[in-house]
Amino acid sequence: MSEFLLVQTMNGLSFGALLFLLASGLSLIYGVMKIVNIAHGSYFMLGAYIGLSVIIRTKNFFLGAIAGAIAIGVVGLLMERIFLRRFPLQASPQMMLTLGFTLVFRDLALLIWGGDPYTLPAPVFVRGSTEILHVVFPVYRLFVIGVAAVVAICLWVFNEKTLVGAKLRAAVDDYEMAGGVGLNVPLISGCMFGLGAFLAAFGGVMGGPIFGVYPGLDLELLSLGFVVVIVGGRGSLKGSAVGSILVGLVDNFGKALVPELSYFTLFAPMAIVLAIRPTGLFGRE
Amino acid sequence: MENWNDGKMGASQTKSFLSLIFPNIPIFQYSNLPSFHYSSMLHGGSVERYDMRDLFASKVKLIGLVLAFLVLGVMPPFYTSYWVTLLTQMMIFAIVAMSLDILSGFTGLSSFGHAGYFGSAAYVVAILATRYKIGFLTCFVCGIALATAISTIFGLLVAHASGVGFLMITLALGMCLWGLAFRWVNMTGGDNGISGIPRPDIGLPISLKDPLMYYYVILFFFLVALILMAVFVRSPFGHSLKGVRESESRMKVLGYHTWLHKYLSYVVAAAFAGFAGVLWAYFNGFISPYDMDLTASIEIILMVIMGGPGTLIGPALGAGIIVFLKNFISAYTQRWLLILGTIYILTILYAPQGLMNLIKDWIKDSQKKAEMGKTG
Repeated sequence: MSEFLLVQTMNGLSFGALLFLLASGLSLIYGVMKIVNIAHGSYFMLGAYIGLSVIIRTKNFFLGAIAGAIAIGVVGLLMERIFLRRFPLQASPQMMLTLGFTLVFRDLALLIWGGDPYTLPAPVFVRGSTEILHVVFPVYRLFVIGVAAVVAICLWVFNEKTLVGAKLRAAVDDYEMAGGVGLNVPLISGCMFGLGAFLAAFGGVMGGPIFGVYPGLDLELLSLGFVVVIVGGRGSLKGSAVGSILVGLVDNFGKALVPELSYFTLFAPMAIVLAIRPTGLFGRE
Repeated sequence: MENWNDGKMGASQTKSFLSLIFPNIPIFQYSNLPSFHYSSMLHGGSVERYDMRDLFASKVKLIGLVLAFLVLGVMPPFYTSYWVTLLTQMMIFAIVAMSLDILSGFTGLSSFGHAGYFGSAAYVVAILATRYKIGFLTCFVCGIALATAISTIFGLLVAHASGVGFLMITLALGMCLWGLAFRWVNMTGGDNGISGIPRPDIGLPISLKDPLMYYYVILFFFLVALILMAVFVRSPFGHSLKGVRESESRMKVLGYHTWLHKYLSYVVAAAFAGFAGVLWAYFNGFISPYDMDLTASIEIILMVIMGGPGTLIGPALGAGIIVFLKNFISAYTQRWLLILGTIYILTILYAPQGLMNLIKDWIKDSQKKAEMGKTG
């Protein structure tokens, strides 16, 4: 029993780590631009696909991860600069635009990579498995947890300790005042959007060896990302970290214990959080 | 709605709830049906009506109505069965799109989980009709009842939210419903869905296996839904929903219970979505989780946005266009989503108010021009 508990906890944590890469961008974009990016799940999926193509050609996992992340980061930046910028601070049309892009991205991915599911090969030095307390555990999952933790720390340092981070926090708190004191809020939100896309695509490649990449991954991950943001609180980095771990664990134990109701088990934490704190665990207002 | 806070609505709040929804049956007035005439509602049908300006608007309305009557009522016996089936599908999705319009167009809350209610009702019909051979009326009632029941529970969670929060929560809840349909294999058949739902026997001497007869039955249901929803959104309650959309805080200050308004509009929208779901299950004969996934919800939103939110008849038009395009384009190419997405992006960029509101603007413009011509 304790073996089961340990394995599922580790699985849940590694899934939560991937969710964090997705949801932190989603949450930060919401924080600055007050929009929910429906295309965020698409970034995750496209990142994984691009990573796959690069890895197959170069046989190098990290090149694939960087290439996928940068390519999608640029896509996100362009999307914000060219399209979303036309509707500054109008949440509804911006969101509807990202919805249109979700459909386009989904079909483009189907056109380019076909409908077959693929699994990305894990990098050589983290293949195989290891034993923790007599429980066999794949090294790659531990590696993913480690990478997400590093990303989380980097994001935290960036957000709390650097000047750019301070500007970002100012824009999140009150974009009007931030603009009034001379910060270039449109530039900040554009970069945030790009960074969010970058992180999501990076998460997509990191998740590739675990659950692969297939059509439909985009919306599946998007809904999970939404649950994380609802539970953690919109616009909060800490919230998305805690929310990801929580959702990752609940989802994993749900799938293992009551496979028939697996998606429904996510309903419980969400309902509880919404009932007690409508803004999410770390949300403001 | 610029007149939302005039004295009349405040006074009507003291009436009983039912009289709030059905206060003025003259709404059925024929010239009012195709589009809405707020000013005559609020100011009690003024003399303005016989003015040149309104004459033009009602002319356009009349032409639209006659066209609709010809295309939907008179002509179908001359269509091929492909077109009759397509029209049936359009009618069913028109009901869903209109039901979402109550929520997103009138109350200002876009739901990303609306297909969940459509699907739950369809599943009820599928399970009852195939496994227990239960007749139409019971299935009909149970389907709508389940959709309504789920929405009364989910509504408690969503009604406090608005804007983006509402969207995210409804999306997640819709996903929960979809997950249930997908994973609860014993009950729902999982990925394979449930097939072999027979056409209902509704006690008429005609066989509904004939596409044309089924079409007319659906047309009847569509008209019933349209009239019910039109009455709902034009009631004082419907007007206060618009007030909530325009400014929730002001409505609160005026003494309205905005949470209850949002909650009820959510439940009513879900009930009508269930209504359409029942018809869909009988029409399609097959139901799978794909009828209620996020893509399905997104398609319904597209119908509303494209047709024009807050016009009721617009989303019905949008549903017609999208169902048509979906069938038409997918006959020629696999890239249906790509084309839909592109059309959608272009709509947001160049006609964000939607088709029906475009027509309304056009009518207003022509009126202005006509007036300028008269005075100048």
